Amino acid sequence: MPRYTLNINGADQTIDVEPDMPLLWALRDTLGLIGTKYGCGIAQCGACTVHVNGNAMRSCTITVSSIAGQKVTTIEGLATGEQLHPLQQAWIELDVAQCGYCQTGQIMSAAALLATRPDPSDADIDAAMAGNYCRCGTYLRIRSAIHQAAKPTSALFYDAARTQEEQA
Amino acid sequence: MNNDNHALVDSIRKASATNIDRRGFLKLTGLLGGGLVLASMSPALLAADSSTAPLLANAELNAFIRVTPEGRIVIYSANAEMGQGIKTTLPMVIAEEMGASWSDVEVLQSPVNELLFGPHGAGGSTTVPRTWDQMRQMGASAREMLIGAGAIVMEVPRDELTAANSRVTHESGEFRTFAQLASLAAKQPVPDVTTLEFKERADYTIIGKAISGVDNGVIVTGGALFGIDTRVPDMLYAAYQKCPAIGGKAVSANLDEIKRLPGIVDAFIVKGNDNVMELLDGIAVVGTNTHAVFSAKQKLNVQWDESGASRDSWSKMAADAAALQGKRGGDPVVKKGDVDTQFSNPENTTLEAFYEYPFVAHLCMEPMNCTAHYKKGSGGAKDSVELWIPTQMPTRALVPMKTMFGLEQDQVTIHQMRLGGSFGRRVFSEYICEVTEISKRVGKPVKLTWTREDDIRHDFFRVGGFQSVKAAVNKAGKLIAFENHHIGMLTNGQPAIGSGFTANEFPLENIDHGYISNTMFEIKTPCGPWRAPRSNTNAFVVQSFLDEVAHQAGRDYRDFLLEILGESRWLEDGNIRAMHTGRAAAVIKLAAEKAGWGRKMPAGTGLGLAFFFSHAGHIAEVAEVEVDANKRIKVKRVTVAVDVGPIINFSGAVSQVQGSVIDGLSTMMTQKITMESGRIQQSNFHDYPVLRLPSAPIVDVHFIQSDYRPTGLGEPALPPLAPAVGNAIFAATGQRVRKMPLSEEGYSI
Repeated sequence: MPRYTLNINGADQTIDVEPDMPLLWALRDTLGLIGTKYGCGIAQCGACTVHVNGNAMRSCTITVSSIAGQKVTTIEGLATGEQLHPLQQAWIELDVAQCGYCQTGQIMSAAALLATRPDPSDADIDAAMAGNYCRCGTYLRIRSAIHQAAKPTSALFYDAARTQEEQA
Repeated sequence: MNNDNHALVDSIRKASATNIDRRGFLKLTGLLGGGLVLASMSPALLAADSSTAPLLANAELNAFIRVTPEGRIVIYSANAEMGQGIKTTLPMVIAEEMGASWSDVEVLQSPVNELLFGPHGAGGSTTVPRTWDQMRQMGASAREMLIGAGAIVMEVPRDELTAANSRVTHESGEFRTFAQLASLAAKQPVPDVTTLEFKERADYTIIGKAISGVDNGVIVTGGALFGIDTRVPDMLYAAYQKCPAIGGKAVSANLDEIKRLPGIVDAFIVKGNDNVMELLDGIAVVGTNTHAVFSAKQKLNVQWDESGASRDSWSKMAADAAALQGKRGGDPVVKKGDVDTQFSNPENTTLEAFYEYPFVAHLCMEPMNCTAHYKKGSGGAKDSVELWIPTQMPTRALVPMKTMFGLEQDQVTIHQMRLGGSFGRRVFSEYICEVTEISKRVGKPVKLTWTREDDIRHDFFRVGGFQSVKAAVNKAGKLIAFENHHIGMLTNGQPAIGSGFTANEFPLENIDHGYISNTMFEIKTPCGPWRAPRSNTNAFVVQSFLDEVAHQAGRDYRDFLLEILGESRWLEDGNIRAMHTGRAAAVIKLAAEKAGWGRKMPAGTGLGLAFFFSHAGHIAEVAEVEVDANKRIKVKRVTVAVDVGPIINFSGAVSQVQGSVIDGLSTMMTQKITMESGRIQQSNFHDYPVLRLPSAPIVDVHFIQSDYRPTGLGEPALPPLAPAVGNAIFAATGQRVRKMPLSEEGYSI
């Protein structure tokens, strides 16, 4: 079986996998990084979103062989040591999750957005987040949490609807 | 989260797991509110047994509560968490009555043991009303034991002590922390539950507040929580291919070819028991990783015997139903007064319409999965199985474990995993039986993961159907007669779950003349509960049609509805889960007021109102909708008024309403499952889309926190959404919406 070296969350990892194995399953099954989720396998739902060289990508359709040697960041590598990423903090503060399954993918898409647009508009959020499904319907709080991470306010965390209205 | 806490909590979990089955600990106090209510376990019994030392060291106050010497208050959550927030909500109730500071609380999923914890299942928005008293009893009994210990230590009368902020405080100001008192408290007599007093609402410090979910720290860092995250040593991975025509039998497959594929360990035919809720025939593909088994599964070439399989056809159902439009079904299931006289009275205005709604899938973001380790007994030991299940009903698996595998309860260990969504999906045992059979065959622990395609094609669908409705209003514009020919589905001769229109559906209990008949088509497509079963379709029909009737009669829909409700009363005496017309009227008035009902709207926009009572919740919604010339819809805002009694977790409650609105909109706009020749024609998100973030409306939520007992909120905010949006589209365009999904009528969002 071929051997590949990937840089995962800042550390080189060498794995023996079939060349066509999607990054998603290398992360989950081979490396035990289960924060990246399987949702559809066809890059439609965004649950498997990771960063490859800083860009938000769907790990279910990227093969390991196509990204050998490149820099991959998963949800497990988003915090800096014990310091959570501002999005992770905002997600907790605003109680975004319902079932929680899609949220790691949501946060990774949002993190890629903030890396290029530190104070995104609602239109920026629409464009960056439209590829991430949430079946529980947490979209209002996702939007609020991205704004909150970009620019912390004293907004009541449960009042996502009105927060959004004021910003619209 | 700090690691020390995790280590401590782990040690409690281990101690619990080894001792928790000891039934001698229990003191059962009988049945209350339909559920088994457990008194606190008796620490005195524990103290007599040296094997319980690990538990006593952690000061166990009852089955749900432990206080560590460091002052952590560990509370077990016993029910399935699927996003409805129960793992946060119920511990809040315990902590409130106990007098704990929420910041001291650590919540763990309890071991599965219904003798200790009561029913673990969650569904039907029943968990809060069913456990409300039990949770308060657990918290209050722990509080009384802590106060008892405080009285001993401080040498004061117990009625001079109060418990709050994780302390027992004397009126002099002297106090002891719960941690200081825990060991002694655990030796105090367990109070008789009938003597316990509960806090007044005005004194609450936790209930009613907005509390962030207890698993959020793990969720946002990608920690293991969900069933699909299970990893056990030496585990293999499996996929399972069933016949695309539901119920087909596996005859043969290219197993030798499949077994030669990379990463494949085994492939074999599984013979099922023809019970779609347990085990259907299929091909198991077992390998060293998920990718290997998913890839190999795609290369399967299976010969199926479809002689007994589903031949269901949606197009035939729709054609057969259309032929029944305007006709009556067989013998009426409801016959009240005399609708015929009302319909033929020339002074009355009558209206007829025909409504349609499709089958829909659950589409949980986490596909069905389960991990099983079937262990052959050796040296006289019995076989056993260990299961890691994301399920709404963990103990239901015990039935097929016994009937299919011959395993008694003590041979089955169940780990309740967090569910990545459920919405009524994970209540049957088929994915559990499949993986148990596979693990038994290969002799190793196995994680079975369904592909998304499996998940959609082998769902237990929300049942589709049709309703031919008719109503009459009198000269004064008041609704006086309502008729419905409900065209639904039977499976195995019984109404499919969610298929029916019963005598207590609105507005039958509120008017003098009603007539309901049925035509039921026998189908093989599996159907199951889907968020607010029956209500999610009946609300669409009734609340859309009554808006039509009101419009025809020249009436304002709010006023028309309030008039139907009549004077304030319970519709069924003595049934606190029945509708109360005063509560209904109050939410209708509040939603209308907050939405600015009656204001003049710009061209192309409209307001639509709907009310529905389900799962003991009274909910009204007003949708504000804009429709352009290309039938593109923007739902700008949905204003929701809710009466489910007192709110426990304000944040979670708002979330459930927001989520229900978005779920309802998603479903009504684009979602439809069809089948031909028994084959489900949709397979993944590309042909079964979900609403995306840019289309989510503002959801403005208002609670009427009445003094009635709290009831559940996982479901009742969904049913009013579709008719509210449909009625708003009519207000904006003059076009009625009588068929879901709206995408089939040319609408988009």
